[in-house]
Amino acid sequence: MQINNSLSPENKTLANRIRDSFAQVPLLAWLCGVLGAVLLERFLGDPLSELLGLPKIPALFGAVTILKKPQLIPGTVAFLFLMYIVPVIVIPRLFGSLLNRLADWLFHLSPTVSVAIHLGLLYLILYLWSDISGYRLLTLKLTLIAIIVTLSLNVINGYMGEFSCSHPGFLALGAYTASVFTLFFFVDDKVFGAALLPEFLGPFLFPIALILGGVVAAIGAIAIAVPSFRTRGDYLAIISLAFMFIVKSVIENLEFVRGPRGLSSQPNYVDLPTVFLWTVAAVWIINNFVRSTTGKALNAVRDDEMAADAMTVDTRRTKIVAFLFAAFWAGVAGGLFAHVLRYVNPGTFGIQKLAEVLAMVYFGGLNSVYGSIVGAVSLSLLGEALRPLEIFKWIIIPLLLILVMIYRPTGLIAFKEFDVMKLIRPKGKS
Amino acid sequence: MTFFFQNLINALQWGSFYALIALGYSMVYGVLMLFNFAHGDIFMVGAYIGFGVATGLVALSSMGALAMPHWLILVLTILISMFLTSFVGMIVERVGYRPLRDAPRASAAITGLMIGIILETGNLALLGAQRISFPALVQSSTYDLGGVFVTNKKIMIVVVSIALMYALHLFVRKTRWGMAMRAMAFDYVVVPLLGVPINNIARMTFAIGSALAAVAGIFFGVAYPVLDPYMGIIFGWKAFVAAILGGRGSILGACLAGFLLGFIEIFVAMIFPSTLRDFIAYSIILLILTFRPHGFFGEPYSARLRL
Repeated sequence: MQINNSLSPENKTLANRIRDSFAQVPLLAWLCGVLGAVLLERFLGDPLSELLGLPKIPALFGAVTILKKPQLIPGTVAFLFLMYIVPVIVIPRLFGSLLNRLADWLFHLSPTVSVAIHLGLLYLILYLWSDISGYRLLTLKLTLIAIIVTLSLNVINGYMGEFSCSHPGFLALGAYTASVFTLFFFVDDKVFGAALLPEFLGPFLFPIALILGGVVAAIGAIAIAVPSFRTRGDYLAIISLAFMFIVKSVIENLEFVRGPRGLSSQPNYVDLPTVFLWTVAAVWIINNFVRSTTGKALNAVRDDEMAADAMTVDTRRTKIVAFLFAAFWAGVAGGLFAHVLRYVNPGTFGIQKLAEVLAMVYFGGLNSVYGSIVGAVSLSLLGEALRPLEIFKWIIIPLLLILVMIYRPTGLIAFKEFDVMKLIRPKGKS
Repeated sequence: MTFFFQNLINALQWGSFYALIALGYSMVYGVLMLFNFAHGDIFMVGAYIGFGVATGLVALSSMGALAMPHWLILVLTILISMFLTSFVGMIVERVGYRPLRDAPRASAAITGLMIGIILETGNLALLGAQRISFPALVQSSTYDLGGVFVTNKKIMIVVVSIALMYALHLFVRKTRWGMAMRAMAFDYVVVPLLGVPINNIARMTFAIGSALAAVAGIFFGVAYPVLDPYMGIIFGWKAFVAAILGGRGSILGACLAGFLLGFIEIFVAMIFPSTLRDFIAYSIILLILTFRPHGFFGEPYSARLRL
């Protein structure tokens, strides 16, 4: 009876029907839908917001207006509906099959080209969206950096199954190394004196600064990895915590980086393309790493170290390689972070940063690239969106996280493989 | 030499805060194999509860309704705060830890961390950001022992702390409840089958730890009469490190490590500029853990401990 009911087309539930009608829509069509939405907002946003009585285009999906000015809620909701929801639904619905054929053609032409086109569309969307206001741009940059940080911590806490608390330390090492590099070579400032190299070289040599930051963070990671991977257990948590405090304390006492006052006036090298490219590179490389033999060995070590050892996995080497790899990316993210804010001080890299990063990893999901992206994006945006609530933001976000932990202890999207080919593949044909 | 002894007394007092807080971490870690990252903030809540109780009792006593000498107020404050704060611990266990007993252990650490943030923020929202000062319950008097100045507060703090640690040691070693706790620390799977009520034991572990943290909070208020909502962070994380340094579930280890941390901090501040305090303290801890990864009295980790 039940089975018959669910199979006959006229008795389908609404949710099922909606899901079915969008099952044939490829990623390309969704991206086009969002692109349509941001284009619409760019050209019609101002007149529409005026028409609906809004002072300006809602900066972050109307969160500020909804929380601050209740009388603007209907206008904001109408704006969001017309600007975002309608195009995102209508465009895939109308052009879904057409774009599916296009995706099919692109996929068979060359997957590389297809990936490039998808990424290009994604960049275009982000560019158009963030071009509306400086606030959006800053939020977007910080969100992209949060993705790198979260992914790199997920390598340790998710894929390796240890509990590491040292990420703020790695971020600090990367941020300070990259800042010192750029300030020393390309900027005339009071701390390091006149610039040594001509300024136009700066943007080209900036990747070196970031990589250097990553390498320094990885060297710092050796200090944790060597003692703590001799034994299994919770000692990584303690040693990494101690490391974090040591890094913070050392920077506070180093007078040549101005101690607790911090470094400022880093050159403005990190524009949106830079952050975007580094984030894409990080996701791509980390995803390949965790799907490589080393990544599989890492999962084996997490699940049963002794069995992995018996299966000829060099457990110690695997753990150290993964740890240094994660630290490297955290250092790169730190360098980007310093150049986005153009100010760093050691106070930034304390317990609060640790709680933030851990929250993103565990909210999104362990052992999953998708999860890290979702966790980083949703918590970054939520953190910005709830800003008008001031202090109560720090009650709502932890409560949300506790609920997620209770009902899904490994996070929202845990243990899911991130397969780019599957993502860009046209729908409908197997 | 008197200089040394003077600092020794200070270090004993400073270390007893760490030791009392570290005991809470160490017991939860020993019995449940979980990090209770909310414990530092329970210490803060304990200090605030102590502040509330003490203020209330002083007001009651000065109104003439129930005249009490100050020492009685202090004793009552400690007892009532221990009682009330133990409920905070039990709530933390019920909300953040029991639903996650079978989840990955790190998830419980995250809920603990988040509950800690909620406690801090809740306090900030409730009482505002200004620091509040603890009522002066102890009339300070100083004794001169051959050039070393000792206040009665310091004597009281150190003596009561050590007495509480010894009482806890007796409780864990000599009573049936203590035996159940040790059994649970030894084997997590079979012990419930033998009829040990693990939920009650877990709740009790949190309650005792929180009560000790409340004592630490009140003593902190007596010694340094300024409370702020973030005081739990600095003390909590250091005490956590001390607890692990002592070894898994070892009461003696946690006490010794707490006092050691106190000594390191006081003597570093004496010899070096005090900004180097954290750096040297954590470096020494890192060195000790490098050579003794299981802490002072911890048993080597074995997979058998938690299946």
